[in-house]
Amino acid sequence: MQTEAVAGSGPAPSGGRRPGTEAFWNRDLVGRAFKEAVRKLHPRWMAHNPVMFVVEVGSVFTTADAIRYLASGNMVQFGFIAQISVWLWLTVLFSNFAEAMAEGRGQAQAAALRRTRTGVMAKKETPSGLQEVPGTDLVKGDVVVIVAGEVVPGDGEVIEGVAAIDESAITGESAPVVREAGGDRSAVTGGTLVISDRIRVRITAGRGETFLDRMIGLIEQASRQKTPNEIALAILLAGLTLIFIVVVVTLAPFSAYSHATVSVSVLIALLVCLAPTTIGGLLSAIGISGMNRLLQHNVIALSGRAIEAAGDVSAILLDKTGTLTMGNRQAVEFRPVAGVSEKELAEFALLSSLSDDTPEGRSIVKLAREKYGVNAQAEGGTFVPFTAQTRMSGLDFDGRVIRKGAGDSVAKHVQSLGGTVPDVLASVTQEVSKLGGTPLVVAVDNRCLGVIYLKDVVKVGIGERLGALRRAGIKTVMITGDNPLTAATIAKEVGVDEFLAEATPERKMEYIIDQKNQGYLVAMVGDGTNDAPALAHADVAVAMNTGTMAAREAGNMIDLDSNPQKLLDIVETGKQILITRGALTTFSVANDVAKYFAILPAMFVVAFPGLQALNIMHLTSPQTAILSAVIFNALIIPALIPLALRGVTYRPVDAATLLRNNVLVYGLGGLALPFVGIKLIDLLVTALHLVQTTVR
Amino acid sequence: MTVQGILQLVVLLAVLALLAKPIGTYMYRVYHGERTFLDAVLRPVERGVYRFMGIDPAQEMRWTTYALALLAINAVGFIILFLLIVLQPYLPLNPQHFKHVPLWVAWNTAISFATNTNWQAYGGESTLSYLTQMWLVVQQFLSPITGVCFLLAMVRGFVRHNAETLGNFWQDFVRTLLWISIPLAIVATLVMVGLGTPQNFHAYTQVTTLQGGKQTIAQGPIASMNSIMQIGDNGGGYMNMNAGTPFESPNAASLTLQLLMGFLVPIGCIYLFGLMVKDVRQGWAIFVAMALMFAVGALVVYHSEAAGNPLLAHLHLAGHANMEGKETRFGPALSSLFENSTTAVSWGSTAAANDSLTPMGGLVMLFNMMTGEVIFGSWGVGMVGMLAFAVMAVFLAGLMVGRTPEYLGKKIQAYEVKMAVLAMIVPSFVILVFAALSVVLKAGRSGIFNHGPHGLSEVLYAFSSGVGNNGSAFGGLNAASPWYAATVGFAMLFGRFPMYLPALAMAGSLVKKQRVPASAGTFPTHGWLWILLLVGTVFIVGALTFFPALALGPIAEQFAMQAGKVF
Amino acid sequence: MKSHIGPAIRLLLLSTVVLGLIYPLVMTGLAQLIFPSQADGSLIVRHGRVIGSRWIGQQFTSARFFQGRPSATTPPYNGSGSAATNYGPTNPALIKEVRTNLAAVLKANPGVTASQVPPSLVESSDSGQDPDISPAGAMLQVPRVAKANHLPGAAVRHLVETHIRGRFLGIFGNRYVNVLELNLAVQALAHGHGG
Repeated sequence: MQTEAVAGSGPAPSGGRRPGTEAFWNRDLVGRAFKEAVRKLHPRWMAHNPVMFVVEVGSVFTTADAIRYLASGNMVQFGFIAQISVWLWLTVLFSNFAEAMAEGRGQAQAAALRRTRTGVMAKKETPSGLQEVPGTDLVKGDVVVIVAGEVVPGDGEVIEGVAAIDESAITGESAPVVREAGGDRSAVTGGTLVISDRIRVRITAGRGETFLDRMIGLIEQASRQKTPNEIALAILLAGLTLIFIVVVVTLAPFSAYSHATVSVSVLIALLVCLAPTTIGGLLSAIGISGMNRLLQHNVIALSGRAIEAAGDVSAILLDKTGTLTMGNRQAVEFRPVAGVSEKELAEFALLSSLSDDTPEGRSIVKLAREKYGVNAQAEGGTFVPFTAQTRMSGLDFDGRVIRKGAGDSVAKHVQSLGGTVPDVLASVTQEVSKLGGTPLVVAVDNRCLGVIYLKDVVKVGIGERLGALRRAGIKTVMITGDNPLTAATIAKEVGVDEFLAEATPERKMEYIIDQKNQGYLVAMVGDGTNDAPALAHADVAVAMNTGTMAAREAGNMIDLDSNPQKLLDIVETGKQILITRGALTTFSVANDVAKYFAILPAMFVVAFPGLQALNIMHLTSPQTAILSAVIFNALIIPALIPLALRGVTYRPVDAATLLRNNVLVYGLGGLALPFVGIKLIDLLVTALHLVQTTVR
Repeated sequence: MTVQGILQLVVLLAVLALLAKPIGTYMYRVYHGERTFLDAVLRPVERGVYRFMGIDPAQEMRWTTYALALLAINAVGFIILFLLIVLQPYLPLNPQHFKHVPLWVAWNTAISFATNTNWQAYGGESTLSYLTQMWLVVQQFLSPITGVCFLLAMVRGFVRHNAETLGNFWQDFVRTLLWISIPLAIVATLVMVGLGTPQNFHAYTQVTTLQGGKQTIAQGPIASMNSIMQIGDNGGGYMNMNAGTPFESPNAASLTLQLLMGFLVPIGCIYLFGLMVKDVRQGWAIFVAMALMFAVGALVVYHSEAAGNPLLAHLHLAGHANMEGKETRFGPALSSLFENSTTAVSWGSTAAANDSLTPMGGLVMLFNMMTGEVIFGSWGVGMVGMLAFAVMAVFLAGLMVGRTPEYLGKKIQAYEVKMAVLAMIVPSFVILVFAALSVVLKAGRSGIFNHGPHGLSEVLYAFSSGVGNNGSAFGGLNAASPWYAATVGFAMLFGRFPMYLPALAMAGSLVKKQRVPASAGTFPTHGWLWILLLVGTVFIVGALTFFPALALGPIAEQFAMQAGKVF
Repeated sequence: MKSHIGPAIRLLLLSTVVLGLIYPLVMTGLAQLIFPSQADGSLIVRHGRVIGSRWIGQQFTSARFFQGRPSATTPPYNGSGSAATNYGPTNPALIKEVRTNLAAVLKANPGVTASQVPPSLVESSDSGQDPDISPAGAMLQVPRVAKANHLPGAAVRHLVETHIRGRFLGIFGNRYVNVLELNLAVQALAHGHGG
């Protein structure tokens, strides 16, 4: 049995299997959950769940009642009451079992993660050369060397080299990823496997501080957190239980007035059947497993509140680069100014990029070579790297100053060398912008040659995912540093509802505050330090695992894959938890109708024979009817454990459709199913002669 | 059942649907200070009233202040009425020299008229002085207004956002009185007199009948009292048998118009709600949900009454309709419609003897009240109850769309659920616990008139009517006995304030919240799915709570009756 | 709370005067002006003597008069104290009452069978003052009344037919005959025949 409860239908990049969750009914897990279920019978633990606490108290009463009959030698009554009592105890146990299963699955994930850490040895650089030390002994600042085939001993940053790394142990993603020194792909996570090359890594988190440590800690804590909506639902369930207690307690005087004799145990059986035990028993399991499911998407939620907020999100801020478009732009065309040939421009563009290792740089080289057949070499040239100040890069070669960069900085550079910027350059630049591309101006000495057209490549399948969000009523907003012209074009191409162009950290934050004032719940992803202020204001703030510490601390979720598209999965998981809770509540309450029709005629048919007409299921006798209802009530809990742990399937459609489908399945299904179930159990109880039936 | 009988229901609902908009629009204009045709006269009066009261109508109130003001007027009203009754031997305007009224009857009556229940444990003409009677009319004007104020405050909780206050209670109160209660009462009085209801201050008329017998005919200002009783959904008329008596309702025309009068403000409240939330579809959805439940109830009662009592079948009469306790001029259809309305719209005045209804007829009456009288349900309070159910429905089913449930753009969270649960629990508790005590205690059992399951129905009816602030009764029960006078008094008290204060508290919490803009992901609270969900919630919550008690009362009686058993 | 008590008391004082005193007085004045007869109780005056109200039923026991429905008030058709039996459907007293009433009707109207008797004629009314009977309830009494008044049956039947009142707007309520008005007509007819 596969375990993914992947909510999304789109091309979710995640959803790989995690260790320890291969089989749903893992034998080990079930065994431990059973033990745990018994341990949880302690009243102090049960008191956390008022619904099940009432059932437990009821079980104690019926047990005492059964013993009383045993002592008085009334074996017929004893047999009946004892069976009720057993099933009531089972009801409590099943509920505890569901919770223990959910916790157990979480703990299994934690344990599996921990296993990846133990026994890892690290080669630490010391003044006396490399030294083998246990991975757990590393402290922040240590530098280790890792070669192909070795496990990364701790979270860190690559300071030298490039390596392919298998991160599947953490992320579940089987395709290896490239980590390299410098730039934003330098972070490595402890527990991952280096499968090629050799890297030097500076450890950034010491013992107990790594993400693995945090993650394990969070999973282990998960069971103790109740989310706001869970609290609200718990109040409702407690209220319903309280009403049913009064209903059942007052039923005793009413039956006395009606000259109907009803035993205490039967009243308790009625109470337990009416109380919302199905949802009451599964409520905490749903919450815990929701957190686990998020973990299967490789996202750690730092609070349950954040998960719920994810379901409510009504506006999502997506960074253009990396989320909507491929992280790298590709050169698609060279556009020279008048008097310069395309080939000349291509040649200098190539030269300027020869030593530029960025994807953009490589794409320029590739375009120049393949399309224009340029094959210049730059032996002996000096590479001038990109800096935030100059916002240019290039090559000093053969006494010529070759530069490429943003229009205004290159213009300034050319002017400083005494050159002039041709008027036509501005129009060429603007044309490229209008097409949604990024123009890079190429200059040689004090001469502007033209523009390299870098194009954003929209990720495959992103359109469908955004469409799904729109159907679910979520507004998508593209965040980009581009100018409004470029941004508008890309926004249209990608299919977002709004965009924020020329985004600076301040503008992002202001935008979020403005959206919140309009009543939107905002989700965003961030990685850089400058994202931190905006993250702190967002309702759901997902920080990239590869991001900076500041960003991580401002976020309330952390994405281990550092995949910004993950936001969509997070939203879906949040919704799934709420849907599961609502579906099971509706189901549980709807069940009561059938139980009334089973138990009430059974209780009062002696006093009012006409009430037999309410026995529409034609149950054999009052005793079989009551027992069957109690058995159904107990068995429905384990029957729904898989649903509670996996979650109700979420499809991104509008609320009205979603509601109609779920009401049909869980509302009407909840009404109908127990009629069938109780009838079947009654047939079985009768066939097995479980109770002595008085023939009517 | 006849086509003509069913047509009465259809025509009524059609007329209600036509009237909801104009009345609701008028009410909206009144509360929002927009021009109405009565402004020329009433604006100066309104200002004068505020000056006399010494209040500033522009001062906004938080929910706590609003609730305190609301409690103040009810408390003062209760105390004055209680003192008037207790001290009546020493007070003027007591020409009949009525003596001390038992304390528990004074308590019961004072609460009854302060809570818009108008349950009458006393025999009016033979117990209370003119001064006291006069005061009852005042209370009949004032007590329904409290309900509209409840509604206004609650709806403002949804409409306003990031705010603290819910309006000014005194302004809401005085405007309702001036623009709605008094004009409607004046018109209704004249209509009723025109159709035959007396309005005079004559002594009772002594006549020698055609056959030569003596008859004393009661007289008095019947129309002026009955008009506000019916317009205000008060119940408790001038005569013991209310609208069943020929003077209160001389003909079918009169009863039909009284039926309509009781509906006017409740349907106006629904449309007013739609206007206030700036989405009339929201109001219509609730209107349709209520009309649906109303129609089903009315049809069940009518069907059951038309089918009659099988225990009388052996007499082979010319027809089988149940006419015991019904008037000839109304017949089973109109009587059923009126009785279903008296419990649904909570006016409590009756045109037939409810105790003599068939078990299924009684079951519908009970169910209408047990679900909190949310089927139109009096001035404002039926809407408040329905909004509480809407919050429950949204919370139960709303989760299934995968968002924190929200209603009218406000998120429903733990506090709102707590208050909605409280508003739901308290009435159920009071009905069940008092009824249970009544059937086991000697004091309670001795007041029961009809034995067997019907007796349980009588008891359940008394407390449901009390808690629902309805006022109608299964008349056989000895309502004046100390036990029932005292306990029904408590039931009326618990049914009003512990039910509606949580609603105000909820409004106080909602008004502070941010408004969530609607989108495709918003749970839709209009349209058929929502209407059915809302009806389903009301039905399931009511059924789950009261099914066992009803099974031993009307349901057991129905089956017994079919089997030919008497008690 | 304290700051609200003052306004509350003042508002109630004002209401007492306006609603408790002025309102009923003004309404009475208006009613007496516009609908004087109705406002006084639609009394029927014959030979300067009030013989009853059009709306309040009277007890008729004599064979010469059409008889009304069973009344639960004491005495029957008490004009100042309405009451119903309040018998529940499974109360044996109800069955006994209907059986007794039926026997009385059958005895008073020889030749009439139970299957001609509408339930309303043998089941008690709500107010105990019901002034009306159903057309069928009147028709079955025609032979007896005609005989007792020495009138032709057709004439009395015609009287009943002219006294049947329809439904409000043709939809609401039931068709009925006002017993007092019918009996006045019968009396007039009988006097006409006799004198």
